[in-house]
Amino acid sequence: MTMTGATGGLPGRAALALLGLIVGGAFAGLALSAWRQGGDVAGAFDTYLWNAARFTLWQAALSTLLSVVPALLLARALFLNPRLPGRGLVIGLFALPLAIPSIVAAMATLALYGRAGLLAPWLGPLAGGSWPGVFGLSGILLAHVFFNLPLATRLFLEALDAIPPDRWRLAAQLGMPAPSRFRLIEWPALGAALPGAAGLVFMLCATSFAIVLTLGGGPGASTLEVAIYQALRFDFDPARAAALTLTQLALTGLLVAGLMRIGAPLTGEANLTLSRQSWRPAPSPFERRLAMVVVLAGTAFVAGPILAIAVAGLRADLARLAMEPDLHRALATSLVIALASALLALALTLALLRLRLDRERSRRVPRPGWLEWLAGNGSALILLVPPVLVGAGWFILAVEAGQVRHTNLFGPVLVVTVNAAMAMPFVMRLLRPAHDAAAERHDRLAANLGMSVWTRLRLVDLPALKRPLVAGFAFAMALSLGDLGVIALFGSDDFETLPWLLLARMGSYRTADAAGLALILALLCLLLMMAAGRAGRQQA
Amino acid sequence: MSSGLAITMEAVHLALDGFEAAFDTGIEAGSITALVGPSGSGKSTFLNLVAGFERPDSGRILIGGRDMTAIAPAGRPVSMVFQENNLFGHLDIAANVGLGRSPSLRLTASDRSDVEAALARTGLAGKGHRKPAELSGGERQRAALARVLVRDRPVLLLDEPFASLGPALRRDMLALLRDLQAETGMTLVMVTHHPDDAVWLDGNAQFLEAGRIAARGPAAWLFGPDGPGAVRRYIGAK
Repeated sequence: MTMTGATGGLPGRAALALLGLIVGGAFAGLALSAWRQGGDVAGAFDTYLWNAARFTLWQAALSTLLSVVPALLLARALFLNPRLPGRGLVIGLFALPLAIPSIVAAMATLALYGRAGLLAPWLGPLAGGSWPGVFGLSGILLAHVFFNLPLATRLFLEALDAIPPDRWRLAAQLGMPAPSRFRLIEWPALGAALPGAAGLVFMLCATSFAIVLTLGGGPGASTLEVAIYQALRFDFDPARAAALTLTQLALTGLLVAGLMRIGAPLTGEANLTLSRQSWRPAPSPFERRLAMVVVLAGTAFVAGPILAIAVAGLRADLARLAMEPDLHRALATSLVIALASALLALALTLALLRLRLDRERSRRVPRPGWLEWLAGNGSALILLVPPVLVGAGWFILAVEAGQVRHTNLFGPVLVVTVNAAMAMPFVMRLLRPAHDAAAERHDRLAANLGMSVWTRLRLVDLPALKRPLVAGFAFAMALSLGDLGVIALFGSDDFETLPWLLLARMGSYRTADAAGLALILALLCLLLMMAAGRAGRQQA
Repeated sequence: MSSGLAITMEAVHLALDGFEAAFDTGIEAGSITALVGPSGSGKSTFLNLVAGFERPDSGRILIGGRDMTAIAPAGRPVSMVFQENNLFGHLDIAANVGLGRSPSLRLTASDRSDVEAALARTGLAGKGHRKPAELSGGERQRAALARVLVRDRPVLLLDEPFASLGPALRRDMLALLRDLQAETGMTLVMVTHHPDDAVWLDGNAQFLEAGRIAARGPAAWLFGPDGPGAVRRYIGAK
């Protein structure tokens, strides 16, 4: 059946073209610099670069190990003890780090474990004298685990929740002892989720920028992304930046390819879960006590930095901070950029969804064509290219064109577009089910009534998609508000966002101000994420 | 093989969110009983109470005259077959059946030969090494029945076990079920949407409505032209 929309797929193609332009422009910038300084680029593959590459992988591997192994224990403890006091609160708490910008997480780590952190008075005597504070690898690991331990725990908990309840009932009826139960029921579910969860955490840590930038100390603890930033921002060495970027690109390319392999559907019983009642084995008293200890430790680890940043933020001179014109300007800029990039993300995503659906309906072969595939998955490919990379490419291009810091438009436009592109994979996941279902229901009727594109959008699509649109909008806004990617390269006194201002205050050792700003930023993002979560839940 | 035990529900009451069940009924030892009724009428809850997956708020559940109300599922003389998910996808069929003998899969040579015999009896001879995904839906339920055989409990509960099978296949499975019941003498209780199944099995039936037993009797009578009005309305008889 052919049912191409009246739009002819033009917006979708335009959206794809824009995404292509963002990435292509970045590559063009890199290629240009490589061509101009060919010999220098080759020469930039030096010890410094290999050290950065090695450190990138090493810290990501350690972060993954330290996040995933405790997460397995935590998820199991939470799952097997549904009546654990405060269980709901703990699961809610574990959603918090995902909503907090990474620069705030870095600040929170310092507020707890730093030289002047909340724990310093107790850690000092242990270290024999004064507490030197966490820095370099240890700081990076603490912040990464703070972020990814809750993420991995939630992924594993989902895997355990997805076990059909009949399995537990069967085990209960057969009188399966705990070790067999673990081997036959729990481990297959956890083991199946393990490569995906570990891969995701590894990818996030290998491309983490703000945390390494603020907590890493010197060349000994610098990842490729931070090295790219430093090469451009401080040394202004495009050849080195190009070499670093190529290395990083190869690395993320390999990682994404690996993740896609892992994520491939695993064969198994294609059974539907029809049983609604959940039945779980009753844990033994020992298991229950163990769960209590594990959950308590995990909770303390995650809640600690959050409490510390709240305390440090409230100690800051918030009244003075609130009156600062710098803050007003940064806040206004951040909000305008977030608003624009969220709207752009929604528009681009809707265009791509429409294009994908039209292509799917008009094809007569079982396999999707390249255009349909690209419309459905193109936005996810953007994750292959971290924002700092895109920023780097365009920065070089801008320098070549004499544009950097001479115009007030180039930086903001790029930040808006890249932030929108980064939010798109998530927005797509939120919108696609509702969009495709609504189209299935209304397309024929709308065509039959001869509705124009705009009437249709106003009367049919927007009301039907209201909740996922609100969720996607709030989510994209929060992502943009907390982002420290492209802005790290293009930011200046004339163009500063909240995260950029926060970074500047940290850089000039105005720690109290930074803590206050971090608290404000965290609250803004949290509110938006909560709005997104509410809208997303009500849609189901 | 052990022969069947009687099931008695004495003033059993259970409130789940938005649903209330009250059962006061009995099932004869060694009989075949079909539980029929609209969805949400409490058929599965009935089975869950007998198997021990639900505990009643009040009342007693007796199996073979022994009070089972406080006994854990594994301690009850009961096997249960679900509509789906009866088998572990990563274990082969023989191991899945063997779980009925030893839930930690420590099987003796005689256990293994029992497993082979049960597989042969249920028409799965030679398929012990296959994984569940390599079997058809009907074969997977046969494997579940083979496990029931090696487990050898006096009561067998089935929760719409053949709902996803086509009519011909369902008839085959019912025939197998009836033969196995005749050979072992176990008490068989099956939830089904199809009154035909109950009539075909030629046993008793209990008709449930809104968490209560609304009518009971021989299936042929209950679903026949002289059956009670509520049942006739449910099956749409004129």
